[in-house]
Amino acid sequence: MGNTRLTQFLPYLVVGLLALFPLVESTFYTQLLTKVLIMAIFAMSLDLLVGYTGLVSFGHAAYFGLAGYALALMAPKYETVSLWWSLPAAIGVCALFALVTGTLVLRTRGIYFIMVTLAFAQMLFFIFHDTKIGGGSDGIYIYAKPTMKLGDVELVNLEKLEQFYWLTLALMAAAYLLLRRVLGSNFGRALLGIKVNEHRMRALGFPVFRYQLASFTLSGALAGMAGYLAAVQYGFVNPEILSWHQSGAVLMMVILGGMGTLYGSVIGAFAFVLLQEVLSNQAWFGPSAKHWQLAMGIFIMLVALYLPQGLAGLLARFGRSPVMEAADE
Amino acid sequence: MDFAFFLIQLLNGLQYGLLLFLVASGLTLIFGIMGIINLAHGSFYMVGAYLAWSLSSLTGSLTAAILLAIPLTVILGMGLERLLFRHLYQRDHLYQVLLTYGLILVFEELRSLIWGDDVHGVAVPALLSASIPLTENLSYPVYRLAISGVCLLLAAGLYFLIQKTRLGMMIRAGASNRDMVQSLGIDIKLIYMLVFALGIALAAFAGMINSPLSSVFPNMGSQVLIICFVVVVIGGIGSVKGAMAASLMIGLAETFGQVLVPEAAGMIVYVLMAIVLVWRPEGLFGRA
Repeated sequence: MGNTRLTQFLPYLVVGLLALFPLVESTFYTQLLTKVLIMAIFAMSLDLLVGYTGLVSFGHAAYFGLAGYALALMAPKYETVSLWWSLPAAIGVCALFALVTGTLVLRTRGIYFIMVTLAFAQMLFFIFHDTKIGGGSDGIYIYAKPTMKLGDVELVNLEKLEQFYWLTLALMAAAYLLLRRVLGSNFGRALLGIKVNEHRMRALGFPVFRYQLASFTLSGALAGMAGYLAAVQYGFVNPEILSWHQSGAVLMMVILGGMGTLYGSVIGAFAFVLLQEVLSNQAWFGPSAKHWQLAMGIFIMLVALYLPQGLAGLLARFGRSPVMEAADE
Repeated sequence: MDFAFFLIQLLNGLQYGLLLFLVASGLTLIFGIMGIINLAHGSFYMVGAYLAWSLSSLTGSLTAAILLAIPLTVILGMGLERLLFRHLYQRDHLYQVLLTYGLILVFEELRSLIWGDDVHGVAVPALLSASIPLTENLSYPVYRLAISGVCLLLAAGLYFLIQKTRLGMMIRAGASNRDMVQSLGIDIKLIYMLVFALGIALAAFAGMINSPLSSVFPNMGSQVLIICFVVVVIGGIGSVKGAMAASLMIGLAETFGQVLVPEAAGMIVYVLMAIVLVWRPEGLFGRA
């Protein structure tokens, strides 16, 4: 394994290069890349469940959207809210919600789990859609973006595009490192064991349910972090942020990138957001750009049929030299 | 709430529940027998409703439209099974979710391209357009009763097909051991194709007969789909009996919920699901 050092430093290199991006590129691309980074956090949080814990959640938008609503409801109407407490509070709300729903949904497995997670996300959707809590189907505007102050000194103002971009990048890197650390620990190895054979792990004396619940809660909290950032970027929240299309899209990013790799989720988010941007580009496709979901749907089906290991799997296949293949045999 | 009003709500709840059963039974059969989770099931409900609308405006009669549309949906079901779903039997649920999610997007956009994004109404057939008077100012439409009747007939037919016929025996055998059935000389692929087409046709038929009541609109499938997921989870996956019990339960709960606690009506079914999950995680009639 001669390229271990390279793969070890590659993430730092990528983050370093990404940090320079706003200095050289225009507002539009900085915004687009911010969106990619937010989705990357969201996709990594789901990868923890799908790729490492063996739980396919089809309702992950619930935690993403809940954090957005938490921010919108916490923020005073025309003043900025402090990033210091509003971000941890939004994440905390999501972690708590994940803990409660997790105790229920983890009673089920497989196809039940898929349906039940979806149903709970829909429940949240209807709560915000049908009642006045979150402004109904119109949602709520977030007029002033959060800031971070130390005494009287303003450290971060998310109104400024570059600062928002850098904060998002830093949080994505932090989420990546945190998940790497967690997955490398005994806890992470136990999760992988549960994914492969739940009964054996239980027979070995592992508290399977508690491990899964911990993973589910962490995943919900990280999805919440992404949702908070997304709400800041859009400047409003409405029930669409909780919709099952959001859950489907993020699952797609995880698979497209390659599940169970973490960095695959980043690649997947990048590819998915970019593809969406290209397909709905009116300058290129004219009026048929309105129907971009058709092409997206076909693309998703093709990935499901022909690219089960995702782009990361494709890279790994091309990246392997004949010598390494021979060494494996 | 006086008796006539209660009776109307009761009949509405039962009718809604029976309609849900048509969609949910297909979903639960396709999962129970073929092991496929079909997110696009709601899209077939939508396709049925749009076919009913477009063919009835073409022929001038909803009955003729339904008779024309049923063979079309059966062919659609068989074609999709042959082209797409056949490749998914041995695959993880994850890929089934992805593929059928992609299929939803494709169906929605095709609907938008072919039929546009407007809301359309469908006329109730003249023969069934009467109402039965209950009190001075309350009456009950015959068409809703007719829907309930048709759904009950179909449910009975489904029970007979699965429990009493030779084909039903093969279907049940295929659900428990695919390879054994195959080696006994039964064409399991054909059976799967039939079951899939049956499930699709039931969902589409539900969309057709309900189109005069619900009207026809974009994304109408996803609403039904998610309620049917709840039905299948409560009833127990793969159990047609469970689908019937859960459909009626959900139909009544939602109808009475809208009358008694309109604010929380959207949530009632999910609360019901949560309660069932705590009590019996495998559903009311599911195999543990």
